[in-house]
Amino acid sequence: MRAQTGLAGAVAAAGALGLALLPMAGMPAFYDSFLYLVFFWISLATSWAILSGFAGYFSFGHAAFFGAGMYTTANLAAKHDVPLLATIPLAGLVAAALGVGIGAVVFRLKRLRGELFALLTLAVTFIVATVILNTPIDGGSGVFLSNVPVPKIVASQSGSIYVLGFVLCAATMVIAWWVAHSRLGMGLAAIHDDEDVAETKGVPTFRYKLAALALSAGIAGAVGGVHAVYVGFLTVGDTFGIAVPLYVVLMSVLGGARHWLGPAIGAIAIGTSLYAFTGGDMAMIGRAIVAFVLIVAILVLPDGVVPAVQAWLKRRRGAISTAPVVVAAVPPVPRMAAPDENAPVALTIRDVAKSFGGLQALRGVTLDVRKGEILGLVGPNGSGKTTLINMITGHFPLTSGTIALGDAAIGALPAHRIARLGVARTYQIPRPFAHLSALDNVALSAVFGGAATSIAAARADAGCWLSFAGLGGKAAALPAELNLHERKFLEFARALAAKPKLLLLDEVLSGLNPSEIDRAIELIRGIRAEGTTIVFVEHLMRAVVELSDRVAVLNEGTLLALGAPREIMRDPRVVSVYLGKDHAA
Amino acid sequence: MPSAVVIGQALVSGLLAGGLYGLLALGLSLSWGLLRLVNLGYFAITFLGAYLVYQLHESYGIAPWWAAMLVVPLFFCLGVAQHWVFLRFRVSELASLLVTFGLSVIVESGIQLVWTADYRRLETHYASASFKIGPLYVPVLDLAACLAAAALAWATWAWLRWTYVGKALRASAEDPDIAAAYGVDHKRLSYLLSGICAGYAGVAGAFIALISTLAPSQIWAWLGVVFAVVIIGRVGNPVGALVAGLLIGASESIAMAFLSPAWAPVVSFSALIVLLLWQPDWL
Repeated sequence: MRAQTGLAGAVAAAGALGLALLPMAGMPAFYDSFLYLVFFWISLATSWAILSGFAGYFSFGHAAFFGAGMYTTANLAAKHDVPLLATIPLAGLVAAALGVGIGAVVFRLKRLRGELFALLTLAVTFIVATVILNTPIDGGSGVFLSNVPVPKIVASQSGSIYVLGFVLCAATMVIAWWVAHSRLGMGLAAIHDDEDVAETKGVPTFRYKLAALALSAGIAGAVGGVHAVYVGFLTVGDTFGIAVPLYVVLMSVLGGARHWLGPAIGAIAIGTSLYAFTGGDMAMIGRAIVAFVLIVAILVLPDGVVPAVQAWLKRRRGAISTAPVVVAAVPPVPRMAAPDENAPVALTIRDVAKSFGGLQALRGVTLDVRKGEILGLVGPNGSGKTTLINMITGHFPLTSGTIALGDAAIGALPAHRIARLGVARTYQIPRPFAHLSALDNVALSAVFGGAATSIAAARADAGCWLSFAGLGGKAAALPAELNLHERKFLEFARALAAKPKLLLLDEVLSGLNPSEIDRAIELIRGIRAEGTTIVFVEHLMRAVVELSDRVAVLNEGTLLALGAPREIMRDPRVVSVYLGKDHAA
Repeated sequence: MPSAVVIGQALVSGLLAGGLYGLLALGLSLSWGLLRLVNLGYFAITFLGAYLVYQLHESYGIAPWWAAMLVVPLFFCLGVAQHWVFLRFRVSELASLLVTFGLSVIVESGIQLVWTADYRRLETHYASASFKIGPLYVPVLDLAACLAAAALAWATWAWLRWTYVGKALRASAEDPDIAAAYGVDHKRLSYLLSGICAGYAGVAGAFIALISTLAPSQIWAWLGVVFAVVIIGRVGNPVGALVAGLLIGASESIAMAFLSPAWAPVVSFSALIVLLLWQPDWL
């Protein structure tokens, strides 16, 4: 495997060197220009995918960044005599700054739907174009770069532009590969699948989206800088037209936008076929044929070429075993005595209230959870149990009140910071990241919530947690290939991988059969034996009584009762809430 | 500072232009809101309609409104056929955007092959007819387009609001599974709606043939502003689309009266951005 990767790397390096030296071979300028355009589209499509493919925020605004870069280089080089090579990083910086400016506003919005982001970026493009057109940046007459000296990297001018384009393209591919294999890429993939869960698992979603947009825009800007010299004459109409945003989307989607290599494959396919038909009616027919191929490709391979090939390879290597997993028995753990009243407090909840518009979900709940305690949280439907969990994890901002973890106030912190302080949760309906394997679902928690130093270490950890949860044989499976009970245990595993101080379990037992419930109860005891404090929401009274040290009863957003499980179950107020007043006698 | 008459005239022409925006936005808004399909191809189909109306007039002397009578049923069938493909391949909202972009390029290429890239204009004796209200000129064709937009928007709204089919369509858009459980045949309704949307494109095409100059590249010229209108008017709301169209049209032409015409796009897109950032509840 390692030798294979090494070989692939060596071939890629040799190929890259060969391509870089190609202009020396003295080909006709036509080929320089053709290959330059292929590199150009590879870089642009790949840069687009860093935000839009990896994180799923579809942008139609790539022309804004690309155009900002083009005009930066054109103005600096043609009007202010800045050396061309110096303007290219500046072009990237200007575009990245534009991207960060837009992102800083847009990504703060809650419930920003994908298609609204797409149109917002399109609108920004039109505005940038109008401003450039009406100010001296362009002035309406276009900018000529014919007097800009191109540094002589190789003998011919077209060869030098080719080399610039190639270097940028190679750099872009390296960046894309690096992002895809880094924490950033892992976080972006999680954002793509479920942004709320990603944040709760410790992914700093806002910063990551901003970083991805800055990278994406910066590369597009630098590419624009080189392209300005290639075209030699800029007009607002050509620069900010519909071609760039649409072609980058099409290329990426065709190749597979979520994979670092996908956009490049799509760019090569569409870029070369666009070039194959040039001139007059042929160009028109060619465009139509490309469009037709695109339609067929999207209908038949909605995820793109690269993922389709990967899936095919996976199938060829043999289907994942569908045999039921042998569930490893958890060794019985001695019952730990409940921490006494002098145990230090792990979680302090003071007067916490939450209203959604006119609906008061929580009306001032005060509750202390002791270190090492298992606290059962019960109450009728709509009593505010899950809301309370959502407040502790920072999913919703507090309307009033305070929450502290140990001594640290967490009520005002964003969810990913709370996760890093050691709070993990499971979801009532499992919400795994659909495009990450079971192993990576768990590893993500270890990377962002826990203390894992590298992705490799996190994957090793994740393997242990999967075995602990009885999913050892399913590491490579995608969540869709797991059944409900396996997904529930996957939820467990990824909460545990964060090595939480405080674990919040939201109805983990519902939907499990009696033997699975026994297993889960043993698991929860095992977790507590490791020193974790647990708050669990549950309707199944057998489990509540068996597991809890204390039980808290919520009703209509207030704390109705708190105490030892058997006392609570006999409390007439609690009985009346559950069964109606007639039974409370 | 322009005079009151200039501003008044700008307002009149802006509102009338806005009517055309509304007309274009109508079909797009309905298919996006009720079928969850973003139909970029709508613009190409509209222009195809415009060229057909133009050609029927040039070759056979058929009056534009009779031509529209032929084009609209034809487009209804096209819309149904397109929807068959979407259903057959279970096209998602995003994929629909890409597929219909592909369709637009094919239609654009076809138009360019048949009619070339040159500008075409449907010449009639009433093309520049107008009447005067006080000091203000009202072009007849623009007014007709605006009234047609208002009539269609209102009729569609009433149809969605009060008929069984309309209610079923709205229910399906909200939750197709639940609607199906109550006996709504979403497939048949969605065929009907896509046919209607394409028919609207035919109507809009006829008015574009009458009012504006035709060129294949013009297909993309309306895209930005009409999408802004669709969103500001709230996706899936026919009357909203019309009102937003009028607002954008009027504000654009007022801006043009004060600034240079080149600044006009800033108006609609700034409005769009402000609304998206503000996110009022009705959006």
